[in-house]
Amino acid sequence: MTKIGLILVTLFILAGLFAPFLITHDPKSTDISHRFSPPSHTHWLGQDKLGGDIYSKIIYGARISLTVAIVSTLLSFFIGLLLGSLAGYYGGWWDECLMRLVDILLAFPGLLLIFALAAFLSPSLLNVIMLFSIVGWTGFARVTRAQVLSEKEKEFVQAVRSLGANHSRILIRHIWPNILSPLIVQASFVMGGIIIGESSLSFLGVGVPPDIPSWGNMLSLAKQSSFQPGFIAIFPGIAIMLTVLGFNFIGDGLRDLWDPKLKK
Amino acid sequence: MKAYILRRCLLLVPILFGITLIVFSFMHIIPGDPIDIMLGETAQAVSKDHFRKLLHQDKPIPLQYILFLKDVFTGNLKSIPSEENVWAKISERFPATAELAIWAMVFAIVISIPLGMLAAVKHKTYLDGISMLISLLGISIPHFWLGPLLIILFAYTLPIFPISERSGFLSIVLPAITLGTAMMALLSRLTRTSTLEIIREDYIRTARAKGLSETTILFKHVLKNTLVPVITIAGIQMGALLSGSIITETVFDWPGIGSLLVEAIQSRNYPLVQGCVILIATLYVVINLLTDILYAWADPRIRLQ
Repeated sequence: MTKIGLILVTLFILAGLFAPFLITHDPKSTDISHRFSPPSHTHWLGQDKLGGDIYSKIIYGARISLTVAIVSTLLSFFIGLLLGSLAGYYGGWWDECLMRLVDILLAFPGLLLIFALAAFLSPSLLNVIMLFSIVGWTGFARVTRAQVLSEKEKEFVQAVRSLGANHSRILIRHIWPNILSPLIVQASFVMGGIIIGESSLSFLGVGVPPDIPSWGNMLSLAKQSSFQPGFIAIFPGIAIMLTVLGFNFIGDGLRDLWDPKLKK
Repeated sequence: MKAYILRRCLLLVPILFGITLIVFSFMHIIPGDPIDIMLGETAQAVSKDHFRKLLHQDKPIPLQYILFLKDVFTGNLKSIPSEENVWAKISERFPATAELAIWAMVFAIVISIPLGMLAAVKHKTYLDGISMLISLLGISIPHFWLGPLLIILFAYTLPIFPISERSGFLSIVLPAITLGTAMMALLSRLTRTSTLEIIREDYIRTARAKGLSETTILFKHVLKNTLVPVITIAGIQMGALLSGSIITETVFDWPGIGSLLVEAIQSRNYPLVQGCVILIATLYVVINLLTDILYAWADPRIRLQ
């Protein structure tokens, strides 16, 4: 399963990286006279409502979706790691304040907060990345804090402390390497979640600007003709699902690898 | 138990204030003048002034927040530019969302518990594999694709169900399946894990040693204990259904809170957006609280933590 996940994700990353060489048509071009044409040898996956080439748009969309997912996950990961570590390690009022903030941010279910914030900002790629990072760090912070809390009481930490190591050295050199695995597992699930989230925002019209070909925008365009003919909605959806499945497979695989208790 | 409930309810207060504070600050992250954006630059100065007063945008920010809270709690939040009451609008659309969420939940529970138990009982067979594949697909498939897929299959190709609109029981089947699938997937995984743990317990071995049939063991001894974590997660997921309803309702043109929120965003009716977000978040928090209390009631160990 993990292998399938890795293959899927690598394929989509390659598609995104080499998009300009893989596309057969300009993904932004339109051709109203051939709108809704079914798949053919010139347009492999058919043409959408505006006559755009669905295959080229999907390849180009991989670039958009993966950029948002990877950049936002990295940002959330580092913000969460840093704030969560400080809260878990030092405790006190900072811990209290940060965790209440996390509670409040997590009190908004799923995409609601991102969706509402996006509605008040103008749609742009940068804003989408920023929104997912602003909301996404909370999960990482929670996991980091819990892990740091349990690690800092362990004997090896006491040992390095008695050897005179300062706080930042203890955190960075001794605690972080021991807490990374659950965070990386979480990161791969978060990537999948952001792929869905980004497409959802675009589908609802508050994500990536409509002139940029993204998977969510393609489905949003398909909605305008009530998802008819079927292929205009089916192909972009397959791309989204395969990418998300890929990240979830990787996450499952890594979790089993690092937590053998779950395997039995 | 009373002390636990009281403590949890008190914790709710800062969270609810936090929610209103965040929702209030939405209006201030808008680049530019919110009134200009809502009414358009070309609107008359008189009506701009009128709405600026209505939204208290002419006051200092701390006072604005207090007046905003007052409007929220006294039900005086007004739509822009129609000046309709936001809560009236929301309560008109709420029953449709509640109906959809309940049927989605029924779908999820009715499918997931047998599926998860089957996977656990037939652990490491192809049946286990298939049911886990179904659940993995269910988690990975986004609402805004499953919905169209079901429409293409069961409304166009095989015209069994109506395409959209809320009209009778048949019209709720496809939206409920769309909304409930992710929850179904999650719950069946959970049922499987929880059943796998329970069938290894000593009391199950005892039951078997007493000579009880496998069906009796499964339904009288395993099922009840499996249900505790499943119900907890189902409760928490009920909140996720509320946010999932935004997409599902948009796909099916279902006249609930979710589609109301999308319409409000498209027409830049920001007070209505704020009202919808506050309602959904509050419901989510309250449902989570009730689930926790229910869980603590079922499992006394939780209360003491």
